Amino acid sequence: MGRYVVVRLYSMAMTLLGLSVLVFLMLRLVPGTVVEQLIGADAVVSPAMVAELKRFFGLDQPWWRQYAAWVGGLAHGDLGTSWRTGKPVIALIAERLPVTIELTAFAIGFALLLGIPAGIVSATQRDRAVDNVTRVGALLGLSVPVFWQGTMLILFLSIYLRWMPPVMWVDFLTDPRRNLTIMLLPAFCLGTASAANIARTTRACMLDVLGSEYIRTAAAKGLRPRLVVLKHALRNALIPIITIVGLQIGILLGGTVVVEEVFTLPGIGRLVLWSIYQRDYPLTQSTILFVAVMFMSVNLAVDLLYAYLDPRIRY
Amino acid sequence: MSTPAPPGLLADSVGDGALDVRRAAPGRARWGRSVRRATRNTLVVLGLLGAVLVVGMAIFADRLAPRAPDDQNFDLIESRPSAQAVFGTDRFGRDVLSRVIHGARISLYVAIASIAASMTLGGALGLTAGYMGGASDNAINRVLDVFFSIPALLLAVGIAAMRGPGVNSAVLAIAIVYTPIFARVMRGPVLAERAKDYVEAVRALGATRVAVALKHILPNVISPFVVQGTVALSQAILIEASLSYLGLSAQPPTPSWGNMLNEGRTYLETAPWISVFPGLAIMLTVLAFNLIGDGLRDILDPSS
Repeated sequence: MGRYVVVRLYSMAMTLLGLSVLVFLMLRLVPGTVVEQLIGADAVVSPAMVAELKRFFGLDQPWWRQYAAWVGGLAHGDLGTSWRTGKPVIALIAERLPVTIELTAFAIGFALLLGIPAGIVSATQRDRAVDNVTRVGALLGLSVPVFWQGTMLILFLSIYLRWMPPVMWVDFLTDPRRNLTIMLLPAFCLGTASAANIARTTRACMLDVLGSEYIRTAAAKGLRPRLVVLKHALRNALIPIITIVGLQIGILLGGTVVVEEVFTLPGIGRLVLWSIYQRDYPLTQSTILFVAVMFMSVNLAVDLLYAYLDPRIRY
Repeated sequence: MSTPAPPGLLADSVGDGALDVRRAAPGRARWGRSVRRATRNTLVVLGLLGAVLVVGMAIFADRLAPRAPDDQNFDLIESRPSAQAVFGTDRFGRDVLSRVIHGARISLYVAIASIAASMTLGGALGLTAGYMGGASDNAINRVLDVFFSIPALLLAVGIAAMRGPGVNSAVLAIAIVYTPIFARVMRGPVLAERAKDYVEAVRALGATRVAVALKHILPNVISPFVVQGTVALSQAILIEASLSYLGLSAQPPTPSWGNMLNEGRTYLETAPWISVFPGLAIMLTVLAFNLIGDGLRDILDPSS
């Protein structure tokens, strides 16, 4: 296990190195730099001034020297300084990260609360009305675009309930109640597809387990059906379900970029998008690398959890 | 060493019909099974009908649409759905129904082009990696790992944002997201197939490596690959819609379902129909492709 973790961490480091080169080069292949963004389209600025600005940002250096400077900083734990805001990248990430994590956590919580019970009921009531409704619902959940779902919910709430979610962002510590009302809709929309995925997986895994011999034995012993389903079957069906849940966390981390745009939440996704538009290279590069570290750590954690839950799996 | 599963695709790999439970009395079970088969077929047929409808809409958009998508009717500005404009009109007096019909073109074009490109490139990479093994397998996998290291949607949005808005940006972004996924989907089965006796037999008969890979291994691994393609198609439509909504795909006045929704957001309270219908179109189209994907998976899964 220890050896496996070391190997995985090593391969993560290599991947990050590759990603750093990729992101760095891609950004520089795109036309326009931060200097053009700063000056704007209409301003008349002398070429000397432009050259001066480029020198200020180090854009006159060859690309490998710029790359070395950035990666050298990373190696010392310095994510760099944002060009447009003048703030350290790490501070900007720290400011935005709680929003993204809160959104993802609520979304996964909602997906679990809805998906697992729905899957269990669907499996135990196979081919009855409840099952069919759940399965159609899950398919719809997989098909609905997250931004449209958000728009329709807002429309519905404002027309029928005369209620509008607050527009201005408040963080949890300042005003917990207001923060939660703001987060409710985005988390629900973000979690819908995951809930559908989890429900489908739970149903399939439960059906698999419910068909096995030991469940029949447990039922034949005269155990109450509820006990058989929740204790004997669910525990064994849980392992693949947890894998799916772990994967969903990673997918949700990506999904936040759209949800944050739709609901104008100040999270990491919008930060990346904004930095790309502004050609704020250090901010884009370091933030993407940061997201990659989070994403890969979640994936690693899922693999380790899997081995922990199922002792037959050894790395 | 196990590699993490590609995000997105495998998350839903547990098929519904794959598992059978003998729960009820024999007679009821038989009845249940035939009901199940019938519903399954009905759903696949419904999916196929939906897909044919959307493709038809895209191909014959000019003839089907009651008006041109950018035709402005100043007598009907932001008018409710009525006999004159079934889905209503937007604030420029453009017919929402006509725009939805034309929007099918962008959605399908981007989805099909990007998935075709990524299936070709990803398939080739996966076949090479799986069949050659060794150093090339390792090299290809390390490169793929880089693309798997960021969440798929963020990757797509990031690429499109860097390249600047446009239909081709969307195609490129989605193709880049799916190429590594298809490479992985192809590689696994190829690896398993390569170890079989018949491959050695054909090699012994003097077939070249390329011939073995293309003529003998590929046909044996292609069907699950194609099923994943159908599932990916539905996801690609969703990603395109997201990109469009964020203003990164087709640009106005060209109608796409996503950018219609984006435009409609401003008039949500006065003219909600601008936002309702394009979203329904996206959902039903994605649903149709999901139904087909589910159905194909059931058919191809030998355990069902």
